[in-house]
Amino acid sequence: MQVRRKQIVKRGMKWGLLLLLIMTVVLPVWAQESDSSEVTDDEVNAVAKEVYCPVCESTPLDVCETQACADWRELIREKLAQGQTKEEIFTYFADQYGDRVLATPPAEGLNLILWIWPVVAVVVGGFLFSRYMRNLRATAAAAPAVDVALPEDVPPPAKDDYVSRIEQELKKK
Amino acid sequence: MAEHIQNPPATSAKKLNVTAIAIWVVVLAVLGLSGYGLMKTNASRPEAGETAPGFTMNFFNGYEWEGQDAVALADLQGKPVVVNFWASWCVECRLEADLLEQAWQQYKDQGVVFVGIAYSDVEPNAKEYLREFSVTYPNAPDLGTSISDDYEITGVPETFFIDRNGVIQHVQIGPVNASMMNSIMAKIMTQ
Repeated sequence: MQVRRKQIVKRGMKWGLLLLLIMTVVLPVWAQESDSSEVTDDEVNAVAKEVYCPVCESTPLDVCETQACADWRELIREKLAQGQTKEEIFTYFADQYGDRVLATPPAEGLNLILWIWPVVAVVVGGFLFSRYMRNLRATAAAAPAVDVALPEDVPPPAKDDYVSRIEQELKKK
Repeated sequence: MAEHIQNPPATSAKKLNVTAIAIWVVVLAVLGLSGYGLMKTNASRPEAGETAPGFTMNFFNGYEWEGQDAVALADLQGKPVVVNFWASWCVECRLEADLLEQAWQQYKDQGVVFVGIAYSDVEPNAKEYLREFSVTYPNAPDLGTSISDDYEITGVPETFFIDRNGVIQHVQIGPVNASMMNSIMAKIMTQ
């Protein structure tokens, strides 16, 4: 009787171990798959709208309808499910497909022009404007003062008929 | 009393000139770089008769060819090379996939090398495509789209047939068919 009980316990332990093994192998895979489906379209599009696929230029990934873009969005979904941040995903896309796929290219290499150009434009514009104003002021200061006096024989400018009538009405009062 | 406008000191004028010169240098430098960038963007596709732009392709993870995980076009000097740009999402690429593999099997013993470059593709899908069509010639993702930029491809599929001297003999836009393949292969192998 005791031997039989031991056999039952042993068999139970064997099955338990087998079950544990199966769970160890299957659960992470299942968890990963279910995680991927838990990422919403809005979360995917929040990243996708800042990415441009080279196949359909000038169209952000979140609104592009080609198969290539659908594949890229699925890739973003997988990476979000793996816990990657927006920046990590952008870095991956830049490494794989080049900086030009990013809506905001990093300030490196030739991209620097995009960042420097507005600053240069403001500085140069400011400099040219200040120089123009300084020249204007210098010219005004250098010009001789002219007395603008009306000749005596010139009659005063004719008043508007309407204004004259108003003045007359006011005097009456 | 008349006011006299005093001339600013000479050092101040000199300083102003130096600033102006510095600003114009920066403006010209930025314009020059912008022009260079534009020229690079608008470069034309290398055509037949031109030397094929060099590149190095790093094969997909887990793939290798002749014991290497990367190959450069320069390493293939002296061999005719067929460079095919494709993508798993490209419907027309599927029309030529079997033919390319058959041609590779047919010509590889005659020293011809076929290479495939996956354009704007997602790695798992690209690998699935290679498995689906049992592609055995070396394939790689176009990292940073640098190779397709140099070849100025306008889409996929596009195939460049390069002779053993590294000169492009034919550029095929769209899928290749069997009769075309035979005639172009004969051409690049005799050059």
